[in-house]
Amino acid sequence: MANTALADPDSGLTQAQLAARYGLRVAGERPSLAEYSRRLWHYRHFIAAYANAKLVASYSNARLGQLWQVLTPLTNAAVYFLIFGIVLKQNSIPNFIAYLCTGLFIFNFTQTAAQQGTQAISGNLGLIRALHFPRASLPLAITVTQFQQLLGSLAVLIAIVLVTGEPITLAWLILVPSVLLQTVFNAGLTMAVARMGAKVSDLRQVMPFVMRAWMYGSGVLYSVALFEESLPGWATRLVEFNPMLVYIELARTALLEQAPVLNSSLPQLWLVAAGWAIVMGVGGYLYFWRGEQEYGRG
Amino acid sequence: MAELNGLSNDVTVALPQIRERIPTVVVDDAHVIYRVHKGASGGSSPVAALRRMVTRTSEPNIREVHAVKGVTFTAYRGEAIGLIGSNGSGKSTLLRAIAGLLPVNRGAVYTQGQPSLLGVNAALLNDLSGERNVTLGCLAMGMSPADVQRQAPEIIEFSGINQRGDFASLPMRTYSSGMAARLRFSIAAAKKHDVLLIDEALATGDKGFRKRSEQRVRELRESAGTVFLVSHQLSSVRDTCERTIWLESGVLRMDGPTDEVVRAYEAFANGK
Repeated sequence: MANTALADPDSGLTQAQLAARYGLRVAGERPSLAEYSRRLWHYRHFIAAYANAKLVASYSNARLGQLWQVLTPLTNAAVYFLIFGIVLKQNSIPNFIAYLCTGLFIFNFTQTAAQQGTQAISGNLGLIRALHFPRASLPLAITVTQFQQLLGSLAVLIAIVLVTGEPITLAWLILVPSVLLQTVFNAGLTMAVARMGAKVSDLRQVMPFVMRAWMYGSGVLYSVALFEESLPGWATRLVEFNPMLVYIELARTALLEQAPVLNSSLPQLWLVAAGWAIVMGVGGYLYFWRGEQEYGRG
Repeated sequence: MAELNGLSNDVTVALPQIRERIPTVVVDDAHVIYRVHKGASGGSSPVAALRRMVTRTSEPNIREVHAVKGVTFTAYRGEAIGLIGSNGSGKSTLLRAIAGLLPVNRGAVYTQGQPSLLGVNAALLNDLSGERNVTLGCLAMGMSPADVQRQAPEIIEFSGINQRGDFASLPMRTYSSGMAARLRFSIAAAKKHDVLLIDEALATGDKGFRKRSEQRVRELRESAGTVFLVSHQLSSVRDTCERTIWLESGVLRMDGPTDEVVRAYEAFANGK
């Protein structure tokens, strides 16, 4: 009604026809996948800066500051060692403390990324409703932050491994591709839970249960040999395909001489590790991209 | 004509085209509905989570707020449009929908190029220093790191946060609300825009800063195709806009020359 007085040369056209005639686009339209990826690449500096800022901000109120990046995994390891190493006496595993810490730190990488991923959109609505940028920057920044945290944990881990008398071997190099594959897996997982968390805010409350169940299924705190002893054969085969178990086993194979492993065949480990990274990385990205224009709604 | 629109950055080309009435923003029966969870966000403890899940199944505690109800209008190149209305009438929501930051539930919003929202709401990280927030904000607007390096000192200078000592290197949580708002505005105003949406940005800061920011908005307006201005200060709407849209509870109440609309709005506001 109001616009009829103003749109004289184009009167008679509906709003949609008017827009089409002058080549206007729908506001906030989802870009094509290629265009989206290109924009995301253009925003790589933002992702890095945001990840770094989050890392700095997370410790800015603590007096010891960045030192917590190393102190947190160290304290964690001490607590679990007290319970599982001394009170519950897991004697079946040689070098239990190193075995435990490897599992713990590798699992923690994925756990924190997933938990914070549920908040990637819902916790940044102010930013999303104020500025234009590919939203995948936010879950990706979380992955980068967690990767930086992992580097701190790995430094602690290597110190523990060396102190407990493991030799330095060429096998340590396995850790590099293994952690990279896990990072791709985490990026996909974080993007997937970010979209789910944007729609279902209760996901944040459910996440601790999911992660705890996943941790018990990944042989972090006890010997993976227990799976074979207590589960029927098919269930054990299923556990072998658990991505977290696979990434943890790769790290243990890399660092420890005599750690018990569930998957005895190394090629199978690599196949599953790479497969999960590709499926989760690509799948999570596609899933997140499809929801791009919805994220402002909250 | 669509090809010509690509030249919108060019000031000398954009201004004489006013007579040709090229639409830059077309809003067609737009509805925006917020979904609000009434339940307070519970703690992360498993017991609280379980309780929430159980109660959720028996009674869904979601309320819908219909913020914009079927607004239709067309904005043309070279126009400056004021948006007025009482608090909560859907002005800011409408701007966000035009900017493409908040999807419409029904209807459609079509725009020329990418509109930019210049607001004071851009959430920054309060634990970081002003300087780092400037860097982060500029990168989030899509500037290259080289541009950011070049512009950062100007932005801090413009915001004037360093007038009382070196505040730029202190965390933003130590800033007064006025200082934080000034810094946010300075970051947002550092970039050139096609369609510019200004949300209450002129109301922040002290007198000196307001003068500077009004000057800055005028510069931005000259280089932008179309400007929208949300403001409760009717004087600044009168000064800058020739056309005004009046929203009341999400409905477009009046659309026309600023003088008429503002007079009607004032009569309405005084009569309440």
